[in-house]
Parts: sequence; structure tokens; C-alpha cells
Amino acid sequence: MKISFQRSVVAGALSLGVIGLIYACTPRATSGNLLTGDAATRVYVAPGSYDEFYAFLSGGYSGQVAVYGLPSGRLLKTIPVFSQFPEDGYGYNEDSKPMLQTTYGFIPWDDSHHPELSMTDGVPDGRWLFINANNTPRIARIDLTRFETDEIIQIPNSAGGHASPFTTPDSKYVVSATRFSVPIPNTDVAIDSYKQNFKGTLSFITADQPGKMDVAFQILMPGYNYDLGHAGKGPSNGWFFFTSYNSEQANTKLEENASQNDKDFIAAVNYKRAEECVAQGKAKATPSEYFHNWVDSGSRTAKSEKKTSVKMISPADCEGVVYYLPTPKSPHGVDVDPTGEYIVAGGKLATVIPVHSFTKLQKAIADKAFDKVIDGIPVLKYDAVMAGEVQKPGLGPLHTEFDGKGYAYTSMFISSEVVKWKLGTWEVVDRVPTYYSIGHLMIPGGDSKKPWGKYMLAMNKITKDRYLPTGPEMAQSAQLFDISGDKMKLLLDFPTIGEPHYAQAIPASLIKDKQVKFFKLTSNTNPWVTKSEAEGGIARTGKRVDIKMIAIRSHFAPDNLEGVQVGDTVVFHVTNIEQDWDILHGFAVLGMNTSELIIQPGETRSLMWIPKNPGVFPFYCTDFCSALHQEMQGYIRVSPAGSNVKLIANISPKAQAQLNTEAQAKQK
Amino acid sequence: MSKLSRLLLAIASGLTLLALALPLWRVRLVAPQYPEGLGMEIRANTVRGATEHDLGSINNLNHYIGMKAIEPDEIPDLRVIPWVFAGLALFGAIVAAVGRRPLVIAWLAAFALLGVVGLWDFYRWEYSYGHDLDFQHAIIKVPGMSYQPPLIGSKQLLNFVATSWPASGSFILGAAFLLGVAALVARAPGAAAGTHHLEHAA
Repeated sequence: MKISFQRSVVAGALSLGVIGLIYACTPRATSGNLLTGDAATRVYVAPGSYDEFYAFLSGGYSGQVAVYGLPSGRLLKTIPVFSQFPEDGYGYNEDSKPMLQTTYGFIPWDDSHHPELSMTDGVPDGRWLFINANNTPRIARIDLTRFETDEIIQIPNSAGGHASPFTTPDSKYVVSATRFSVPIPNTDVAIDSYKQNFKGTLSFITADQPGKMDVAFQILMPGYNYDLGHAGKGPSNGWFFFTSYNSEQANTKLEENASQNDKDFIAAVNYKRAEECVAQGKAKATPSEYFHNWVDSGSRTAKSEKKTSVKMISPADCEGVVYYLPTPKSPHGVDVDPTGEYIVAGGKLATVIPVHSFTKLQKAIADKAFDKVIDGIPVLKYDAVMAGEVQKPGLGPLHTEFDGKGYAYTSMFISSEVVKWKLGTWEVVDRVPTYYSIGHLMIPGGDSKKPWGKYMLAMNKITKDRYLPTGPEMAQSAQLFDISGDKMKLLLDFPTIGEPHYAQAIPASLIKDKQVKFFKLTSNTNPWVTKSEAEGGIARTGKRVDIKMIAIRSHFAPDNLEGVQVGDTVVFHVTNIEQDWDILHGFAVLGMNTSELIIQPGETRSLMWIPKNPGVFPFYCTDFCSALHQEMQGYIRVSPAGSNVKLIANISPKAQAQLNTEAQAKQK
Repeated sequence: MSKLSRLLLAIASGLTLLALALPLWRVRLVAPQYPEGLGMEIRANTVRGATEHDLGSINNLNHYIGMKAIEPDEIPDLRVIPWVFAGLALFGAIVAAVGRRPLVIAWLAAFALLGVVGLWDFYRWEYSYGHDLDFQHAIIKVPGMSYQPPLIGSKQLLNFVATSWPASGSFILGAAFLLGVAALVARAPGAAAGTHHLEHAA
């Protein structure tokens, strides 16, 4: 008896020791910095050399687009789109303010989500980049010879333009679908009348004519949340696929109430059929106000027009225009493989990745393999359209891109990884962790007919410990992977601006040689252009004073201005008359309540200033332009209202000489 | 009983009281997006986060899978356990004062029994949190999946690795128990030979 007690003392001590050892082996988080040996050389772009790809990452809540070089991850440019950008005066100067005009008035901010390159025959062609505004639905077109926003169209009868601006293979249309269903037309109704009164719309916008984007037609849909889309290609050309969730039609606590159904729907839209119905007059002209804003290429100033009507198609009046494909569960992304046969859904709460077959879809339609019909939309049987399911892919599948070699890559938000799987066999062949919680992923051309399947970029939502910490708000992280071999290899980790959602990339060779270097002054049709120093001056029209001025290294002309009075509205029209690459000038005046102007060579920009007090106010060039940049300045005198100081603009000796020469020429 | 035995028992009682102030068990949760991890401490009278906000974060994550919130105030056992500890300590102190061997054995038996019941109770609560899921309100439903953290060791629960180990309070309790055992076997140095003899006999 006593002895066994002694033994137990020893046994107890031993077991405590064992527990201590195991305790020391408690797993810690794996540090995600296991790089393959040659990663550094794979992403190193030597000084003076160029990146292989342009990558266009949306700015998310910055409202802009950021352009990076791949594989280096170097930031090349921020393109202002839906948010004012004081760095170059976009949305502040008089020339670009109309770009941000909407039926709700001037909007200084939006949330940009999905960049989409224009395509020819299903392959990115490098002409334009389209991107959507999520909050107040709009689509912008960015010209890729200038990396500038040229056009913005507002989407009427819509709220939350998330499934946008996915592009047809010929760029004839870009699309936009309502994330939030709303009363159409939007009227004052009880929120809990959602099921009766709220509707969704799918909008097709003509996109292949610069300056002429317009809503071609809208399709009125049941009041679900429409989330993402992609066009068919090859055999499925002429079709468009949109995911929807909240088929429960919940109007409160969607987190829970919209997660009840095991399957929601992909809406398969036959847009060629829609075109027929429009041609046959089956679309109803529906009063709808929306703005279309575009930049006039000669004057480089933006113009706005308000449109008043759209053509609205009801699926019940246009048989065969829309079918629903049941899809598990609350699907987010919908991606069409390069062959156009497979339609892959990212069911964010699903335990599989469901893949639909376009061939089976056509057969199911021919066989009328319908479960039911919702508001004129037949719901096809899941088993009749499903090609396969990827089993145990991971947790929280969101988006899929393709490498053109028969593999698909799906981002997994919850398990924070990218899963590579084989089309046709649906087997998972590789997986890599991302840091942390990936949203979209991007392979250059990865949603097109011909992916350049060399790199894959993961865009993550959570950064935490990836970089030197910068307080509670940190840059979002992106990781570049090499996908040229069987196994995905992590190459690079870099911070990004705003919150990139989607991105697109294209070989640099398709864009870099067509870049505009400056604007020809002789082609400048801006009404306020000043083409030579001698043309500068000051003029009063009632309370408005217009000042025409040139900027050239290293002076403004005129640079001394008098006769302005408190109560006047002063507009500086500054023309950069340089005709040389990368010689920009800036303009700012003391106390102005707006941003600077940045004036590219050969263009005219206008800044409005309402002086509040008498005094003398300096202005200067804000873009370091030359050796005597610090001398590039001037003064404007402001006198009290009713003052008799004469309106004068000085003229430089050079301008005087120029005037004299012109006068002599006229005499002869 | 020797003075040494009584002293050891007195210390064991003190340690039992000390365990009241220390964490008994730790559960640590690590996921890709939680490289820093989240943690929970189970104490005699409460459950708390490893940091001030961990329990709130864990409860917030658990709502996705329909797990009920861990609310220490709603676990009645946590109001009883401190009294059990105090009772054991008091009992131990009385045994130390009285100094009778059968009482020491009774104390050790009570200690061991309560320890087993305590672990069973802990397991029961883990089972209940991991299995009694509100599927009506759960957002993520994985067929056949339950979320019971392990009693000891590591287990993958969706994107989290849950790791559970005894903490300092349990080790102190273990030490108290061992001191009690030592009090029982402690002898005057002269009695050691007899012990060896008996060991051979056994």
C-alpha cells in the first residue's frame, strides 16, 4: 500500500514532465516567408529595365485604379476615376468636374471594384480599361494611350453596381447588375414590402464607341442581390452569367436571413435574344434619368449630358432571355473557362466548387428540364446543368481564374489559400497559403480566351504582420506567385493602395509603344487656350474675371495681374505650351479653396478662385519643372469691391516683341 | 503523523487556495488570418480571453457556425467550483491540524474524485459548445462537422487549429495532490529499511 504511493509520486512527476514537454510543442502560426531559392531573381527588374506586364488593380474605397508593374510589384501610376484626386486636380479643376456629375449632383468619392480590359475576339487588346463604381452605380472607360479616365456613365434603376463592368468578348457591351434590389422606379415604400416592390436589373451598356457609352437595354429581374458576372466565349458567346444571392429576399440581417437556402442562382442571360426582343419592340421605354460624362479630346474638358429613358425588358415578355441555374450556396464569383464550356461558381458558403456545363445548359433548355418558373424565368434542374463539383476544395471559395493549360485557380477566403484544380476531372492538384484571407486572384488574361498563365496575383483583405506595422489601418497585401510549373511558388509580397478587389494585367508590349507623350498645342481646341505669350490677358464679364496665361520653363505670362475685386469669381486658364515629354507645370494661388492644377504639355486647365479679402496673392508652379522652378511665380492684386484699380495683365518683353513682329507682319 | 507530514499538508491546502487565482486550462486558436492567435483561459470562477478582447472576438467568430456565445455568467458550474476548492483547502487544513492518516487518505480520495468530476464537467461543456449548434441561425453549415475543442492537444476546426492544455492552476493543484501523497508516505529516516523490505514482499 505504502509503496504504491511512492511509485505514484514518481509516476505523477513523470507525467507532469511529459505534459510540460507536449505543452512546449503547441503549434504556432506558420510564418509565411518560405520562398523558393530563385524568387529574388524572378521578380528583380534591373534599373532601366521594364516590367513584363502592366497590372491594373482597383483602388477599392480609394475610388481609383493603381497601375503596377509585374513581376516587380512597383507602383507606376494612380489613375483617378471616381474620386477627386488633389494630386493632379482631377475633380477639382473646371475641366474635370463634369466627370463626377450624377443625378444626385456632384459626387467626390466612390468605391471602385473591378477593372476589365477591352477585348477583341475574347482576348485583352489594350485599348481601354473599364471599371465600376459600386456605391452610386457607374462605369468608367480609361484610355490606355494616356492612362486617363475619358468617360463615365451612370447606371439608372440600380443600387450597388457590383456585378460590373464585365465585358463581352468583342467589347460591344459592358454590364452592370444591381447588388441591392430597390423599388423601380425608386419610390417611397415600406422596407418590409421588399418582396412585392423591390426588383433587380441587369444592364447592358454599349462600350465600343469612345464617347458614346449608353445603356442599350436593361432586364428587370426578381429582387435578389446580383453579385458578379462574366460573359460567355467561344460556344457560349452571346451569353452572360450573373451570380445572385439572397434568393430568400430578406430585407434585414442578410448575414443570417440570406444564408438559409442551400442553393441560390446563376442567371444565364442570352443577350443576343435580348437584342432581338429590343428590335421587335418588346422592351418598354422606361423614364429613367442618368448622366453620361465624357472628355472632349480637342479641348480636353469634360462634358455632361443627362439622359431620360432606358429600354426595359421583362423576361416574361421575352421568352428565352434568362434562365436560372441553381448554385450552392450564396455564390459570389462566376467565371467562364477559356474554352467557354465551363461556368465555375464560387459558392462562398458552399462545401464544393460547383461547375456548370454550357453544353448541358443548352440541352436542359431544349428538354425543358425546369424545376419551376420565377417571374417568367425558368429554373433549370441542377443535375441537368452541372458538369461536376470540386470536392473538399477548402473554405470560402470566391473567385476562379484560368491558366490556359487546363487548370483553374480558386481563391479561398476563410482558409486563406489558392487551390489549383483540373478542369474536367475536378481534382485538386495543389494549394498554397496566402497572407491573409484572399479575395480576388488574377492571372494576366485569366478570364479571357488566352490567358498568359505565367503569374498569379493574390489580393488579400487582411495584412496584420506582413509589413512594418503602421497603426490600425495598414495597406492591403498582395502576393505574386509563379504558376509556370506544376506547383505554385510564392515570389513576392507587396502593399497596395486602397483595397484592391479585382485586377487585370496585360503584356506591356501591347500598351507601352502607343503612349501619348504630349498634346499638340496646334490641336488644342479649348476655348480658353493661350497658344503664345502674346495671347495672355485678363478680361472682366460682370463679376467674373477670366485670366488667360501660359506656363513654360520657367515663367508664367502674364505674371502680374491687377484690377480684381473682392466679390469677383476669378478663373485662371493656364496653358502649358511646352511640346516636350514629361515637362509638366503646376499652378496654385495663396488661399485658394481647391486643389492645384497639374497641366500636361499642350493642354489647358482652369482653376476657380473667389478671393475673400483685399491684398496681394502669390501664385507659383507646383511641379518641379526646371532649374529655375523656384523663380516660376507671379502675383495677383485684389482690391476692395468698387475699387477703381484698372484691370491689367503685364506682358513680358518677349511677348511684346512677339506682338510687334506680328503687327509688322500684318502691315506687310 | 510527523510534523513534516502536517507541514506538507498545510502547504498543499495553501496551494489549493492559490489555484483559485490562477488559470486552470488554456485554449488557443490559431488561423491563417489570426497568426497572432486568440486565446481563452478557464479559471475556477470564470472564463476569460487571453487578452481583454479575445473572448469577444471568439464569440463573434463562433456566431458564423451557430455556436452559442461563451458567457461566464451563464455557466453555473463556475459559481460552485471556487467553493469546492475552498472546501478542499479547509478540509486539508483540518487534516493537517488533526494529523490522522485515514483523514489524509480521505482528503486525497476526495481530491482525486473531484478532479475527475471537474475534467468530466469541462469535457461536457466543450461537447455542448461544439455540438449544440443553432443551425437555424448558423451561416456556415458543414455537413457532419462539429466544433468541440480537444481536452488536451490540438485539433483542426475549419480554418482554426484549437489547442488545449492545462495551465498553471492545474499544475499547482497537481503539486498539492502530490504533496498530500508525500505527507502520507513521509516517514522518520529510520523507517526507510522497512519500506524496502515491504517493497520486495509486494
